[in-house]
Amino acid sequence: MLVLILSVSLSLSLIACGNSNQNNQEESAKQHDHSAIPHEADHSMPTGSEMSMDENKSITDLIDDYLALKTALVQDDSKAAASAGQKLAEAASSIDLNTFEASKQSEIKEILEVVKEHGEHIAKSEIAHQREHFEGMAKDFMDLLAITGTDRTLYQQYCPMYDKGKGGSWLSDSQEIKNPLFGSKMLTCGSVKETISMK
Amino acid sequence: MKKWLKLSLWIVLIVLVGIQFVPVQRNEIEPVTNADFIEHYESPVVIGNIIRASCYDCHSNQTKYPWYSNVQPIGFLLQNHISEGKSELNLSEFGLLSNRMKRTKLKSILSQIDNDKMPMPSYLFLHSEAKLDSLKKTLLVSYFDSILVDIDR
Repeated sequence: MLVLILSVSLSLSLIACGNSNQNNQEESAKQHDHSAIPHEADHSMPTGSEMSMDENKSITDLIDDYLALKTALVQDDSKAAASAGQKLAEAASSIDLNTFEASKQSEIKEILEVVKEHGEHIAKSEIAHQREHFEGMAKDFMDLLAITGTDRTLYQQYCPMYDKGKGGSWLSDSQEIKNPLFGSKMLTCGSVKETISMK
Repeated sequence: MKKWLKLSLWIVLIVLVGIQFVPVQRNEIEPVTNADFIEHYESPVVIGNIIRASCYDCHSNQTKYPWYSNVQPIGFLLQNHISEGKSELNLSEFGLLSNRMKRTKLKSILSQIDNDKMPMPSYLFLHSEAKLDSLKKTLLVSYFDSILVDIDR
């Protein structure tokens, strides 16, 4: 009898697991549907090294998504941050590397892979972990903009209190400090470290 | 009622016996290459042993399977768990990552260990040898930190 009860509970747990897996798959299929919407970037620009990088449509999208993520974290809104993270990951993987100079492509590719990785984690984490990944990509994002240029003036901001005093950075499109690493707990901690301007 | 109960128990039993014969792919990919974290960084033996004991079951190509992995559905669940772990971090292929990705992964490793999120409590429940006591934890954190600094250079 004991064996039977054990068997029943095991198989029930198997069934339960199977179901949740299926749900996950359906969900991710839905997300894929979103990404299947044609990207405007497709008809953006011809390949060539002379084109001006800072007008690249896809980098604009990437910055938009990053800033949306930042705003969500400032507002302690984990759900909005998750969907912004998802969008950021999708934007990072849909950028056409051929729109950049050949010599820069491999570094841009590596940066975008890292941004995608962070975005994917942000899409499925609770807020402290989202902030960790958001902070983790600040430097990569700046490295990217140093290569591609930016379509707007951005400010690197820094709060020395983040991560038990190790400090943390982020980018903002406004000089005013609204801290995404602490949100409402310490909304104004930080200062502008660097200005990233359009070339 | 009693009849139905009996019948359904029989069905469950048959299904359970049946699934024992479904083959499960095992995560035992040989050989260990130079991309393997411990090989790649020529980690000290002590460190390598801790990493193997605490991380490699789910984050490498070489899982050391417990006996009950041969019992289904436990084996299926373990395999799911392992492939999930490997998609996040596969230490057997760490050397193939770009420096930027290595830094990213190392920061995550450090934060997970530091916050006692890894190794997972549910894993430690059956693998006491994988537990990181405070000495092992300190050793690992300073070791991973030193590698992170080297990559930054």
